Amino acid sequence: MTTTHALAVEELTIGYGDRAVITSLDLVIPPGEITAIVGANACGKSTLLRSMSRLLAPKAGRVLLDGKLVHRTPAKELARVLGLLPQSPLAPEGITVTELVGRGRHPHQGILTRWRREDDEAVAAALDATSTADLADRSVDELSGGQRQRVWIAMVLAQQTDLLLLDEPTTFLDVSHQIEVLDLLTDLNRTRGTTIVMVLHDLNLAARYADHLVALADGGLYAAGTPEEVLTADGVRATFGLECRIIEDPVSGKPLMVPVGKHHTAAVGKAG
Amino acid sequence: MSATVDLVVRTRVHQSRRRRTVIAVLGALVLAAVATSLMVGQRFYPPADVLAVVLGEQVPGASFTVGRLRLPRAVLAMLVGLCFGVGGVTFQTMLRNPLASPDVIGISVGASAAAAFAIVSLSLSGAAVEVFAIVAGLGVALLIYLLSYRGGVAGTRLVLIGIGMAAMLTSVINWILDGAGNWDLQQALRWLTGSLNGVAWSDVVPVLCAGVVLGPVLLAQTRRLATMQLGDDAASALGVRLDLTRIVVIVSAVGLISFATAATGPIAFVAFLSGPIAARLVGPSGSLMVPAALVGALLVLVADFSGQFLLGARYPVGVVTGVLGAPYLIYLIVRTNRAGGSL
Repeated sequence: MTTTHALAVEELTIGYGDRAVITSLDLVIPPGEITAIVGANACGKSTLLRSMSRLLAPKAGRVLLDGKLVHRTPAKELARVLGLLPQSPLAPEGITVTELVGRGRHPHQGILTRWRREDDEAVAAALDATSTADLADRSVDELSGGQRQRVWIAMVLAQQTDLLLLDEPTTFLDVSHQIEVLDLLTDLNRTRGTTIVMVLHDLNLAARYADHLVALADGGLYAAGTPEEVLTADGVRATFGLECRIIEDPVSGKPLMVPVGKHHTAAVGKAG
Repeated sequence: MSATVDLVVRTRVHQSRRRRTVIAVLGALVLAAVATSLMVGQRFYPPADVLAVVLGEQVPGASFTVGRLRLPRAVLAMLVGLCFGVGGVTFQTMLRNPLASPDVIGISVGASAAAAFAIVSLSLSGAAVEVFAIVAGLGVALLIYLLSYRGGVAGTRLVLIGIGMAAMLTSVINWILDGAGNWDLQQALRWLTGSLNGVAWSDVVPVLCAGVVLGPVLLAQTRRLATMQLGDDAASALGVRLDLTRIVVIVSAVGLISFATAATGPIAFVAFLSGPIAARLVGPSGSLMVPAALVGALLVLVADFSGQFLLGARYPVGVVTGVLGAPYLIYLIVRTNRAGGSL
């Protein structure tokens, strides 16, 4: 997996029904890097991710993968290059970890092709990469939230794509599992060069883990760039309508957002 | 790395072994049930006589009783069971809801009402009746689908609309039968609960043809259906064309169910029960289509045999399966409510 693929969005307008959620957006996803998309609720983060992975047709504009229109690319062909983990996928009742991860092999199989050795190897590699091999014969129902999320990531890894899109991979996870999942995605990016695009709610985790930050507001792009460029007090005010201060994260050296809010501001005001 | 590959292979082989064993045992039971219903009846014929008749030899007495009466009945019981079983489980799998079986949501009743209308009101017979049943089955399926479509299909909404549709169509059947003065009770019951009485080879042929054509089409969707269980977004992202797959599945499953219904009437709850029973037997892994088809065949064969010989009086097969299926339907609804489901 050394080939890098260029994903870009040009003058993209998307939405549901008559309502446009995002209007005329231009965006380039840097290959081989981790991109985090942030923004307020209902600003179109998930909609953008769905459109980039062909699930939602654009009202205007286009999504390009290596210069080719994503929405004209056959579904299976695209699914061999670009994987998506939706926000809440469904695990069939009682399904085992191995079988669920095996479902990720779908784009590599025809109607009549039998299960092959390379399918087993891909599943095994995905289990190893996510440290879920010891769960192989367990039922997904009985796993903890963090284990389950790692298994879902293994499922998209078995798809063996160079591009990986994840819609809020850390929701419903406690803080240690959030870190665990983001560390895992960083490992994948560092060791395999997988381009990762994820929607994240937590600005501070986004700033720490992403090489490239994309902030959406008012149906369009507010800013895109390094976390230092994007995560600023002005930026947070414009995208979230929240007063905050930005300090340096003592662990990572990245920007860290401290919200001001209504009640605990006196000390901050005096100290500032 | 290679240790994990071995682990993956072992887990997969273990699961498919259980599935294969269940399929083999079910297949053997279906054949045993067919054999039993050929031998046992008002008069018992030994296996040698039955075999001779099946191979086309003339055996006094047995040739008529076994060859003309029992054999078409047993073969049709098996075929409609296969159709109901596989049609039911594909709907349940695709809509991710065990209640979404064609006999619960009015598709079988639609086919049944159309067949009754064609025979009673229009005095049609043969292929014309089949055409009516199939068009009506597809029509009802499409209507339910469209009525429940609101930016996507929610299983629960579809089930509720379908149950209303089934009630409406049942009263249509009652109205048709009410207008048929000289219609005898046995025939009437066929369109309400399903019956295998008086089956001839001419009833078997259309169902067999439908099975040969549509069965493989449905089986070819196995992998796509399995992927669709992960949710619409995940399935699309894995390269499944959702709308195309849904249309292929609906048309072929409804086709199978409608052909079967036109031949025997809607044998109550076979489509609804086969999938869940197969799931208990096979376990959570792998496709349920083949096991559910075999369970369906076994259910119809055993219920028909019991209705004829084991229950004292003679009951149509649909009455027996109805008695088996109704409690499960109630159980399922009660359980859904307890789990805080939206039903």
